[in-house]
Amino acid sequence: MKKVYVNEKWCLGCHLCEYYCAFAGTNEKDMARALKDIKINPKIKIEEKDGVSFAVSCRHCREPLCVKGCITGALTIADGVITINRDKCVSCYTCILSCPYGAVSPSDDGAVQKCELCVRTAEGTPACVRGCPNGAIVFEERVSI
Amino acid sequence: MKYVIIGNSAAGIGAVEGIRQIDRQGEITIITNEPHHTYSRPLISYLLLGKVTEEKMKYRGGGFYTENNVQLLHAAAMEIDAGVKQVVLSGGSRTPYDKLLVATGSSPFVPPFEGIDTVENQYTFMSLDDSRKLDGAINKDKRVLIIGAGLIGLKCAEGILERVAHITILDLAPRILSSILDDDGAGLVQDHLERKGIDFRLSGSVKRFDRNTAILESGEEIVFDILVLAVGVRPNTALLNGIAEIDRGIVVNGRSETSVPDLFAAGDCTQTHDVSSGQNRIMALLPNAYMQGECAGINMAGGEKSFDKAIPMNAIGFFGLHIITAGNYKGDIYAKTEKEHYKRLFYSDNKLNGYILIGNVEKAGIYTSLIRERTLLDTIDFALVCERPGLMAFTKEDRMVKLGGGAG
Repeated sequence: MKKVYVNEKWCLGCHLCEYYCAFAGTNEKDMARALKDIKINPKIKIEEKDGVSFAVSCRHCREPLCVKGCITGALTIADGVITINRDKCVSCYTCILSCPYGAVSPSDDGAVQKCELCVRTAEGTPACVRGCPNGAIVFEERVSI
Repeated sequence: MKYVIIGNSAAGIGAVEGIRQIDRQGEITIITNEPHHTYSRPLISYLLLGKVTEEKMKYRGGGFYTENNVQLLHAAAMEIDAGVKQVVLSGGSRTPYDKLLVATGSSPFVPPFEGIDTVENQYTFMSLDDSRKLDGAINKDKRVLIIGAGLIGLKCAEGILERVAHITILDLAPRILSSILDDDGAGLVQDHLERKGIDFRLSGSVKRFDRNTAILESGEEIVFDILVLAVGVRPNTALLNGIAEIDRGIVVNGRSETSVPDLFAAGDCTQTHDVSSGQNRIMALLPNAYMQGECAGINMAGGEKSFDKAIPMNAIGFFGLHIITAGNYKGDIYAKTEKEHYKRLFYSDNKLNGYILIGNVEKAGIYTSLIRERTLLDTIDFALVCERPGLMAFTKEDRMVKLGGGAG
């Protein structure tokens, strides 16, 4: 299946992926208007230090510790995509304790949040991938070990 | 193949999902003495808080048993007749098995307090039924005494605080959450809880009960309307007495096998090897129970799975203050405290042994992973990861694997 992969060599550290991610969650047409004066809380996050930068989002692990550890059954995996049922999440943060990539985070309204490959916005290609100006984030089939 | 699972909670459900990864056909029977659909045990305090309903407490969807072709048998397992491979049920009927999983969990431990029999309104807090009973007993006039300032006692307190007149919590230990916090961390959380109105009596013990009064060793008398006993839990191992090896809990290997062929055990009733300390201990934790159960299920169905990276770990919160801890607290300490954000990392011999995060718990899983994988700290930027957990602390090559495709 296709997943989001990141190559830090091409990352400019522009943070556009974060904005596209945050925008994908709104139902607005215009990104600038939708995110104006908002402190964004995206599901993909840039790490940067000393000229090195890269984006981190859910790896959709084949053996997902977040799903196995979820105390309510809110996190599930289907067809390789890990999604969250926000109604069932009680924000216990066991998934934050479990995720080896730091890819699950608190959301602004109760439940936790994580990348769902834009399956909810049904755009085909995740917004961060479409928005990356330098091809540092791609959505493709790779052999995972 | 006929699989029988005793227990309908995390480990039992994990086993069903493990079996069905390998075997879609075999017959699965779950035996449970609770008359409920599988539910998330840690949510019983959220139920009292009104944050979930019983419907939302379901650990798996309403169609789980049908979809997985599981027969649910509401009965108590009285005995295991391992010679003929049968489980004897209450009422005397017998259920035969080819592979059996004991996932019987744990039960509240009630110490033999003098005069405890004279206390009319006493409750434990482990099950949905416990929660329902307590729900029916509390109101704004009731004064509550909780014995035990551990995870169960404090979650219970959070669940009922707004619905009762007053809560006092007593514990033998000198600090709250003594199994997962150090002194300073416990002090910080205690302050938070005291500001919400909870009273604590630490380093305290009950000399005796006299109906609605607890007489402490210190001489103090605490009058209450409702007593909650949350002293601790004990693994339910009785079914395997004289059959399989039992230490503090049921002894299992990394494949969740007991010392008896075709007999598996998983979850709170077992003792598990803690890779952070190298010791065997009871880790009554939902994530571990699920993973150990899943491992058992896969092996019961003829697959090959090992559950060998268990560590104690807890994510818990009280009134919006989040706490995440893992591992054990031996070795040198990295300490950082900023207002209500509290961080302690414990390390020795080039490895991270454990951590405590209170307040800011962002990316805690990076630390959990360092403990679980026994990562050599000189292979990463440990100073950076202490300051800020993230993948930046790893080498570029590691990141290529983690972010470029080798991870899943």
